[in-house]
Amino acid sequence: MTLFIFYCFAAVLIFAATMVITARNPVHAAMYLVLAFFNSAALWIMAGAEFLGIVLVLVYVGAVMVLFLFVVMMLDINLEKLREGFVRHLYIGLPIAVVMVVQMLLVVGSGIMDPATLPSGDLPIPEDAGNTALLGSVLYTVYVYPFELAAVILLVAIIAAIMLTLRRREGTKHQDPGRQVKVRKEDRLRTVDLPRNQQSGSR
Amino acid sequence: MAELIELVWILTKIGAILGPLILSVAYLTYAERKIIGWIQNRNGPNRVGPMGLLQPFADVFKLMFKEVVLPSNANRFLFLVAPLLSLMPALAAWAVIPFGAGLVLTDINAGLLYVLAMTSLGVYGVILAGWAANSKYSMLGAMRSAAQIVSYEIAMGFALVGVLMAAGTMNMSGIVQSQAGPIWNWFWLPLLPLFVVYWISGVAETNRAPFDVAEGESEIVAGFHVEYSGVAFAVFFLAEYANMILISGLAVILFMGGWYSPFHGLPVLGPVFDLVPDLVWFVIKVAGFLYLYLWFRATFPRYRYDQIMRLGWKVLIPVTVVWLVVLALMILAGFGPWFD
Repeated sequence: MTLFIFYCFAAVLIFAATMVITARNPVHAAMYLVLAFFNSAALWIMAGAEFLGIVLVLVYVGAVMVLFLFVVMMLDINLEKLREGFVRHLYIGLPIAVVMVVQMLLVVGSGIMDPATLPSGDLPIPEDAGNTALLGSVLYTVYVYPFELAAVILLVAIIAAIMLTLRRREGTKHQDPGRQVKVRKEDRLRTVDLPRNQQSGSR
Repeated sequence: MAELIELVWILTKIGAILGPLILSVAYLTYAERKIIGWIQNRNGPNRVGPMGLLQPFADVFKLMFKEVVLPSNANRFLFLVAPLLSLMPALAAWAVIPFGAGLVLTDINAGLLYVLAMTSLGVYGVILAGWAANSKYSMLGAMRSAAQIVSYEIAMGFALVGVLMAAGTMNMSGIVQSQAGPIWNWFWLPLLPLFVVYWISGVAETNRAPFDVAEGESEIVAGFHVEYSGVAFAVFFLAEYANMILISGLAVILFMGGWYSPFHGLPVLGPVFDLVPDLVWFVIKVAGFLYLYLWFRATFPRYRYDQIMRLGWKVLIPVTVVWLVVLALMILAGFGPWFD
């Protein structure tokens, strides 16, 4: 039964991955990528990596791909133009693809990734602990400095990305919410006393 | 054979959750129209059935027999898939919600994370609906609502981190059990700022008033689902209301002590009020939060778009960050009845 479910997810995953690169419509391609992420998350959960699986959905499907989809929708991509150079660039692309496949085969096929030969580390793993809790305790004890370092690097990257796009253009009209909030009734509203006898003609 | 029986049993349980859920959606729309009617000194629907009680069914049948209009130049496949994509996460998240002690479909350890992942998927239905319809009002509505959902998810995520810290677990039943006790033992009190932030972002996530710029009728007709009619529109409607019930249910589980009675654990009142079944307490609390949704809609004027963004990024997120630090200190100090 588990094997059957695994092959279902795997088949959909491979189908979706193929469609990502063959779909004509860029929005379709992005949606197939979402499907591929979703199926690999399901496969990871089946392999017992519940935290990684859910985080893949949360981060890649829930956030990254949404922004991706935004960009793809906004840009008017002409796929026919993109396809033009397919044969011309084949002589660079093909060797790179071959090198990548060989590298992957070397890593996956050599038995380094075999669970039986992987070092289990020197941490005692309690039977009842969930994989999320274990990951958390390892990240914040053994690997706390690399973890914090990665966080700082990401923070620097965020600040750099924002600074690159932040430029103040002259002549744009924008609102200052601080000043809007501070406005009181007296600033906008003027009550005028009209002397009564000036309203002529009423009587 | 054993596997088949298990499968049927799981499907039965799913049906036992979805059936009442869809019925609650139907009567939530009725309650909304009635309550807003009373708030505005009107009667609300009162023609179909006694006191208008059959009105939701009349609406459903009307929508089912209407034609689903496909706009010309719409992307046919995505246009029809989008409503389903917004409904699926709204229903899938219910798998980990505990309705009472042990009354839950799957009691997984990473329950909170799962809920967060599922609610973050709802935005796809909105974006695709807006894009596939090939209409500028749809597109504007989709852009507004997607930006809003993505930004308020951050504040909501931070609020949930607070709950996670206080409970020390991501298991939904575990979170409720760590709040066992009378009403002042529940997390809403030590996490009051996070509770407020959670509820505001919950209202914004579901695109409800006062944050309903995504469908601001006066500006962009009906936002991302302008072009939808008939059953496709009904599915969007169903997803929106199922999401409202989900956000209310989460608020109850995370901050309001889940299925515990407000006097749980007190000398005399406790046992008396515990006679009421868990499920009833849960439903009463959820109904209270749903009433807040309707009350908001009848009370507040719509936020302006830039004010929504400002509230999310410059007010709610800083509040959560500060309170997470305060919370960490409270936990370290073993403060009050919550963290001893």
